[in-house]
Amino acid sequence: MKKLLSANQAIAWAAYRAGCRVAAAYPGTPSTEILEHVAEFKGAINCEWSVNEKVAMEIGVGASLAGVRALVAMKHVGLNVAMDPLMTFTYVGAIGGMVIIVADDPSMHSSQNEQDNRSLAKFAKCLLFEPADSQEAYDMVTAGFELSEKYQVPVIVRTTTRTAHTSGIVDIGSGERGEAPGIPYVKNAQRNVAVPAHGRLMRFAVEKRSVVLRELTEASPFNRAEPGTGDLGLVASGVAYQYVKEVFPEAPVFKVGLSQPPPIEKIRAFAAGVKRLAVVEESDPVLAEQIRAAGIPVVEPQTELRMMELNPTRLAALRAELLGTPAPETPKPETGVPVRPPVLCSGCSHRGPFHILSKLKATVCGDIGCYTLGSAPPLAAMDTCICMGAAIGAAIGMRKAGLPNQRIAAVMGDSTFFHSGMTGLLDVAYNRIPITVMVFDNRITAMTGHQENPGSGHTLLGEISTQVRVADVARAFGIQRVHEVEPYDLANLEKVFAECLDGGEPAVVVVRGPCVLHEKWAGKFINEVDAEKCTACGACFRIGCPAIVRGEAKDPAGKRFKSRIDPQFCTGCNLCAQVCKFGAISPAK
Amino acid sequence: MSITLDRIFNVSLVGVGGQGILLTSDVLALAAMHAGLDVKKSEIHGMSQRGGSVISQVRFGARVHSPIIPDGQSDVLVSFERMEALRFAHLAKPGAKILVNDMDRIPVTVSSGLQAPVEDLDRRLAAYSGLTLIDANPLAIKAGNLRAANVVLLGALSAFAPFADEHWQAALRERIPAKLLEINLRAFAAGRDAVR
Repeated sequence: MKKLLSANQAIAWAAYRAGCRVAAAYPGTPSTEILEHVAEFKGAINCEWSVNEKVAMEIGVGASLAGVRALVAMKHVGLNVAMDPLMTFTYVGAIGGMVIIVADDPSMHSSQNEQDNRSLAKFAKCLLFEPADSQEAYDMVTAGFELSEKYQVPVIVRTTTRTAHTSGIVDIGSGERGEAPGIPYVKNAQRNVAVPAHGRLMRFAVEKRSVVLRELTEASPFNRAEPGTGDLGLVASGVAYQYVKEVFPEAPVFKVGLSQPPPIEKIRAFAAGVKRLAVVEESDPVLAEQIRAAGIPVVEPQTELRMMELNPTRLAALRAELLGTPAPETPKPETGVPVRPPVLCSGCSHRGPFHILSKLKATVCGDIGCYTLGSAPPLAAMDTCICMGAAIGAAIGMRKAGLPNQRIAAVMGDSTFFHSGMTGLLDVAYNRIPITVMVFDNRITAMTGHQENPGSGHTLLGEISTQVRVADVARAFGIQRVHEVEPYDLANLEKVFAECLDGGEPAVVVVRGPCVLHEKWAGKFINEVDAEKCTACGACFRIGCPAIVRGEAKDPAGKRFKSRIDPQFCTGCNLCAQVCKFGAISPAK
Repeated sequence: MSITLDRIFNVSLVGVGGQGILLTSDVLALAAMHAGLDVKKSEIHGMSQRGGSVISQVRFGARVHSPIIPDGQSDVLVSFERMEALRFAHLAKPGAKILVNDMDRIPVTVSSGLQAPVEDLDRRLAAYSGLTLIDANPLAIKAGNLRAANVVLLGALSAFAPFADEHWQAALRERIPAKLLEINLRAFAAGRDAVR
């Protein structure tokens, strides 16, 4: 049975077909759709949105130790959060097959860094697959469950944004639900309780396993030489293999699919058949360094291939360099085209709070989510953004550093708060840190495409669940000054924010307003600009609303354009009317 | 009925988040699959719903390797608004068909004065010999819904892609909800007629 599937869909199908029983993930581009597709199998796989990647990984660990197949998925930086359980689980070892999907994001299409997680698979001494397309994602997840069980090793499948979001034709066999042989659970403390005495034994077992895994990778059909002509041989992994096949169609290629541990002896044999060997891999030189360390010469091209996504155009430059041919002529991009950055939607509940934070000149430690867009001009209301949950710790650090600005705020969304903001808030409460933690609660994980979370009141499968209130958590932690406010009343926001920021004690403000995109929320009216009253002062432009566009008319001096409101995008949130000092904005008749 | 191609056919679709680009490229890729071809469809949509630029690429033929089309190799470039056509014009082969929805979505940074608008957009677009402007929005409204403007553009594209009507019909029926099918079939036909 053949279907057109993205790698994310193919992974869900592979889990379904392989008899996977438990799946857990925290949403993160480009991995998010995996669990959404798992959920489409209507409960065949017990699946959940976990509150963070560490919990997801631990759920996978428990399921594997209980003897069933488990799938865990996360974006690349999610693995940082989940490294703690992984580093010891690799000692304990899998029982039921454990496949971990880690989606790297070369070029940082929607991420804060470009870390290459293949190094972490080496660090964790586990197996790592690099699929080059959707079919391989399907095949490697299928094989991953089997190998994980057979060698008691966690198996990582490293996708990238390009593979995750490329669709191709995938053969999914019969398409029917598969059954894995459940392995009966046996209590075994020496195996499953990682204390020093047991850990030392496990340490030796891990090294023994690594020897076996090196033999396995040499024999794996996922690692293969493809014959060709010419003196130049190319080693390629992941999607880079596809670019090599496109740009070097005649060359001998060694395709690495099971890339950790790398099949060094097979590559040595391949290298012996060519005069020069080049390694094409996306991001860090993980394979190249291991191949060189084995004493196999690898050419070091001048063409830059280490940063950002590869593509056929970049490989054409590599080809020209390695084969000494002139670089192909490609059309140059047009210049002077304004960039089109993503922006907060019209009606977004985050716009008003950022406008006020900007007005109050607060130092704002931000976090990961739609609201990170509040850092961009014209709102420009953010000082830092590091990783999930970091806003609070960073704000504490700024306060402890003695920053002259007394108005220090940490800003994060509801899902980020539940992910890893709660621990930071507990630190604020415990150490009595006078900062204001603001949770912009739109009751959904918006940036990744509207996934449920503990504040939304629903689970991954859409079941009704506990709806955790951020304010209740703050009060339970012992924070005295806790406010819940609505996002569209600027005067009230200013009053509450100023009180908290100047209050000299820990404070929490929860700004509660649903995501306008998710709930297709619209006000009771849309606004319009009275061109007679508009002075072209530009105040409404500075809230950065996509519905506020340049009008036809100019101010009397003929310098600045008056504003106009695009009725197609106005939601009637009415923020613009509140920032207009001239009463020029009011509901359209 | 399958078709055969002796080369890879490349289509780039560009525009702004929320314009229905991903659905359009889904239908195109399905049509290629129904025509018995290998196909890859690649898109970057992390921020697609937040008004950023969106690009989707579809390649089909006997065997497709790279999901990304080399610059200057797109046989057809479809742009869902005018400025994005200029931004991505270098993706098209010299002289390739460039189908553009004749409307503008001004970035908020331009409307708020933080960036200068494109100078001379009309003239710079017209310099591309394969350019065809399509009134997709009015045609979509006439077909029954403005939101079907993407399918009007798909209909226009269909005039330059090597598929039979049955492949398009099967793909449209597979991807578009039944209750919206009639409107979208009308939109598709309107787009195709617009470039004939």
